[in-house]
Amino acid sequence: MRYTDTSEQEILLLLEAVYHKYGYDFRQYSQAHIRRRIKNRMAMSGLEDIFQMQSKILNDEIFAANFLQDLSITVTEMFRDPRFYRSLRENVIPILKTYPFIKIWHAGCSTGEEAYSMAIIMQEEGLYDRTTIYATDFNQQALNQAKEGIFSNAMIKEYTANYQLSGGIESFSNYYISNYDNVIMNQSLKKNIVWANHNLVTDSVFAEVHMVLCRNVLIYFDNNLQNKVQKIFYNSLINGGVLCLGSKESIQFTDLHDKYTELDKKQRIFKKKY
Amino acid sequence: MHYEAIVIGTSSGGMNALKFLFSALPIEFGIPIIIVQHISPRSENQWIKLLNNNSKLYLKEADEKEKIEHGKVYIAPPNYHLMIEQNKTFSLTIDERVNYSRPSIDVLFESAAEAYKNKLIGVILTGSNSDGTKGMKRIKECEGLTVAQDPETAESSYMPASAIAAIQPNYILSLENIIELLIKLDKPIIN
Repeated sequence: MRYTDTSEQEILLLLEAVYHKYGYDFRQYSQAHIRRRIKNRMAMSGLEDIFQMQSKILNDEIFAANFLQDLSITVTEMFRDPRFYRSLRENVIPILKTYPFIKIWHAGCSTGEEAYSMAIIMQEEGLYDRTTIYATDFNQQALNQAKEGIFSNAMIKEYTANYQLSGGIESFSNYYISNYDNVIMNQSLKKNIVWANHNLVTDSVFAEVHMVLCRNVLIYFDNNLQNKVQKIFYNSLINGGVLCLGSKESIQFTDLHDKYTELDKKQRIFKKKY
Repeated sequence: MHYEAIVIGTSSGGMNALKFLFSALPIEFGIPIIIVQHISPRSENQWIKLLNNNSKLYLKEADEKEKIEHGKVYIAPPNYHLMIEQNKTFSLTIDERVNYSRPSIDVLFESAAEAYKNKLIGVILTGSNSDGTKGMKRIKECEGLTVAQDPETAESSYMPASAIAAIQPNYILSLENIIELLIKLDKPIIN
């Protein structure tokens, strides 16, 4: 049997097994993505078909842990989509400034690059002392890395360009210390970030917040799951709170499309109606 | 055989090739076309507007969960991989780059092959890396039709030459002849 013959049902069965054994629920993820990940893992481990893969997942916890890492996306960058961050500075900061304290939920923060970006912006706007950033992810390994705040030096050139395009006016090198191949983010940026394990698929509302950032996570979910997660965000936001999605994500096709106004349509920034 | 989708992959030289292709395809062209052109992650969609100026067909960036429709042309957005689901809708991902590229041709082609099987036409055009070769291989395995631009006639020969070396495509043609072939395959066969 060749991989190309793997059916939708067989993939669902595998995801069912993962859920029952390990509690991670990928059953409502978009299948093309899962299919690609399964195929890569099968090729890497020399497995011949999806049944071998299923049995390995059920009986080999190290293999299963690796597969769970495969399914979790940890691709991110500082100031990803600089135009979004520029709009955030222009359109959202004036709203956040009106609150005596500011709570931000960064859902699906992965290895933390965007949480640090947010901290930098709040610091530059003079708001960081009254801000708490809740940065959450279901991938504990990524969270541990985020907490460390150590990133590869190789990326700094690109991050610096992103930062400048986002409207940053400081020297980006003020925010980290270089150490051979790595940079370490300043301690002062970490102080108001709370890192926590939270799974959007299986957990519920995390906290009441003024802003939710969840960028390029929902694209991996099917419509039902998108709707469910959008409800969690809606219930987490105060009235007048701000929702920030990825540049290809939308509330247009969810049950909540009329519950927000657009702050910046192109950059996918929405404000919860009163 | 009636084909249900065409996937096209290209990198350097692709803008000129696509401009030429879409100035020639007729307005009634029906098989949906899905394109990965390697572009800078921060690129705006100006170049799509440019293509639209000279095209009788309407080209748009693919949206996540969008249903693939007859007569439409879709382009992978910058900095996302574009995939096709079994139900013929699009998925976007930000997974790591493949062949240094996001969007990657292999990612689109492999998912398209698995969704459309033998109802797919894969076309690899001018380009300067080997992205698309694995994708063409998968299309062939799934019994789709494979077409490579004749490297002699391509602005950058590397990409089609790489695909040709790895598989034996059904056709190796100049761009003019690829256009002719696509138009012929688009017409339902009447006896």
